[in-house]
Amino acid sequence: MLQPLELTNLLSWLDTTLRDSMPVFWVLLIEFVLVAVALLAAYAILAIILIYAERKITAFFQARFGPNRVGIYGILQSIADVIKILLKEIIRINNVDRFLFFAAPFFMIVASMLTFGAIPFGKMLHAIDFNIGVLYVTAVSSLGIIGVLLAGWSSNNKYSMIGAMRSGAQFVSYELSAGFALMTIVVLTGTMSFSEMIAKQEFCWNIFNGHISSIIAFVIYLISGHAETNRGPFDLPEAESELTAGYHTEYSGLQFGFFYLAEYLNMFIIASIATTVFLGGWMPIQIPGLDGFNQVMWYIPSYAWFFGKTGVLIFLSLWVRWSFPRLRIDQLLNLEWKYLLPINLVNILIMVILVLAGLTLTDLFPVLAP
Amino acid sequence: MNSIITYFKGLFIGIKSLLFGMSVTWKELWTKKVTQQYPENRKTLVISDRFRCELTMPHDINNEHACTACGICQMNCPNGTINVLSAMIETEDGKKKKILDTYTWDMGMCTFCNLCVITCPSDAISFNNQFENAVFTRSKLVQTLNHKGSKLREKKKEVKPQSVPVVEDKLTSSKEQMIEPLVETKISTPSDKSIKNPKDNTTEN
Ligand code: SF4
Ligand code: SF4
Repeated sequence: MLQPLELTNLLSWLDTTLRDSMPVFWVLLIEFVLVAVALLAAYAILAIILIYAERKITAFFQARFGPNRVGIYGILQSIADVIKILLKEIIRINNVDRFLFFAAPFFMIVASMLTFGAIPFGKMLHAIDFNIGVLYVTAVSSLGIIGVLLAGWSSNNKYSMIGAMRSGAQFVSYELSAGFALMTIVVLTGTMSFSEMIAKQEFCWNIFNGHISSIIAFVIYLISGHAETNRGPFDLPEAESELTAGYHTEYSGLQFGFFYLAEYLNMFIIASIATTVFLGGWMPIQIPGLDGFNQVMWYIPSYAWFFGKTGVLIFLSLWVRWSFPRLRIDQLLNLEWKYLLPINLVNILIMVILVLAGLTLTDLFPVLAP
Repeated sequence: MNSIITYFKGLFIGIKSLLFGMSVTWKELWTKKVTQQYPENRKTLVISDRFRCELTMPHDINNEHACTACGICQMNCPNGTINVLSAMIETEDGKKKKILDTYTWDMGMCTFCNLCVITCPSDAISFNNQFENAVFTRSKLVQTLNHKGSKLREKKKEVKPQSVPVVEDKLTSSKEQMIEPLVETKISTPSDKSIKNPKDNTTEN
């Protein structure tokens, strides 16, 4: 397949030129630094884009225009906001546990940053390809909750504390569902590595491959992912009307910015994991046999496919966010423990049966297998 | 068994209502945006007729207003926003008459309660839709509503019931009714003449 816009050629050219001109150690060092810079830049740029997109879409859901004064259609609005937040004073709060207070935002940022490295953004755009990628991502993204709890605890403020405790309860509950939903797909694909998962979805996305079971897992993953990011109807850790701002009430300036950034990036991370695991990741839409069509699809670069699919899921999450009222804490835990978790357990069982009995789409129609 | 049915019923009803909610917001996404982009849309901006912006005293082309300087608006204003200064003049037939000298209204103190407009027996004042009222100093908020050289509009309609001065359909108190016809009869008589006899008119002026 011709892939003219793919970054593969550029990256391998860079690698060979570097290897030709200097020892391997330096080549690796330079490449590591480049990857780190690229990831950090992507992190910041994505956050800016997400904030802008969210404000616009939110406004449209409320029949408003959203930001439209700074730059054409307001596209410079979030850049202006970033500058503002960088210039703001970090207020020193009395009677806080200073060390934990300052450490908390970094936990959030580091957790989402670590996850970022394991996400396949496109063909070859994959910083670390673990053979246990799913496990790694689930484990590392859960670290963020430590940041939330520390922030709530160290702030020495009842609102922060209640917010953090709620967040903890919520996170621990929903992490379970999210994990089980991913596990369903691990059963289906038989691998935990993201790259192998994507390769297996070339002709048939996992969400279709496991039909009933996959779709249920997908919906459950979206719900619990949404709950993990503390957004939408699940935003009771920072319910403004009850807790002022929840666990980050006492934060200001850049520290608040960190929480804010991490929140948006978590939304992106959840959407991108869902894309990779359920919707074929960066793999373009391919139909076995139709080579001409497949070639046309490959002209669209893989990273565009990835961001396109992720964008759709992010839109979905915003749609949900602006449709439903906030849950009460008991309703929230009811939903998880009485509905999502039992359904999830049954779902895994169904998936196991589907796989063992050879009832997945790739088993039924071998032409769909990669 | 029953509880299992309830469980699944609740689940599916819940899913159905959530999907319904999402369909509502989906439609809302495509509705027309209601935001008014103010400085750009000044030309097409629609302000509701009843919106109270600025108190005015309408003058007609002859620079005449309807204010009799009775001071009722001033008495009814809860904030003391209005100040009616009247002057005494002597009509040509030797009668003393109170006329309006200056009518000041302080926008900075007004609560736009509309009481003055409601209570004015002569309908001499009204609120307009001119809402761009920002000024740089507070003194500019105090406005004189009667124009320079303006005078009271003489009422022609009330000429007929001269013989029966009590008949009036205005919402005025009995006290005002006592005063008003008195004033009107005196003024309207010369004005009636003035139509036939322009000389009289000039002397009055
Ligand atoms: S609107 Fe109310 S406050 Fe304003 S001048 Fe009239 S009576 Fe006074
Ligand atoms: S505006 Fe009306 S109420 Fe006020 S002094 Fe004039 S006639 Fe009387």
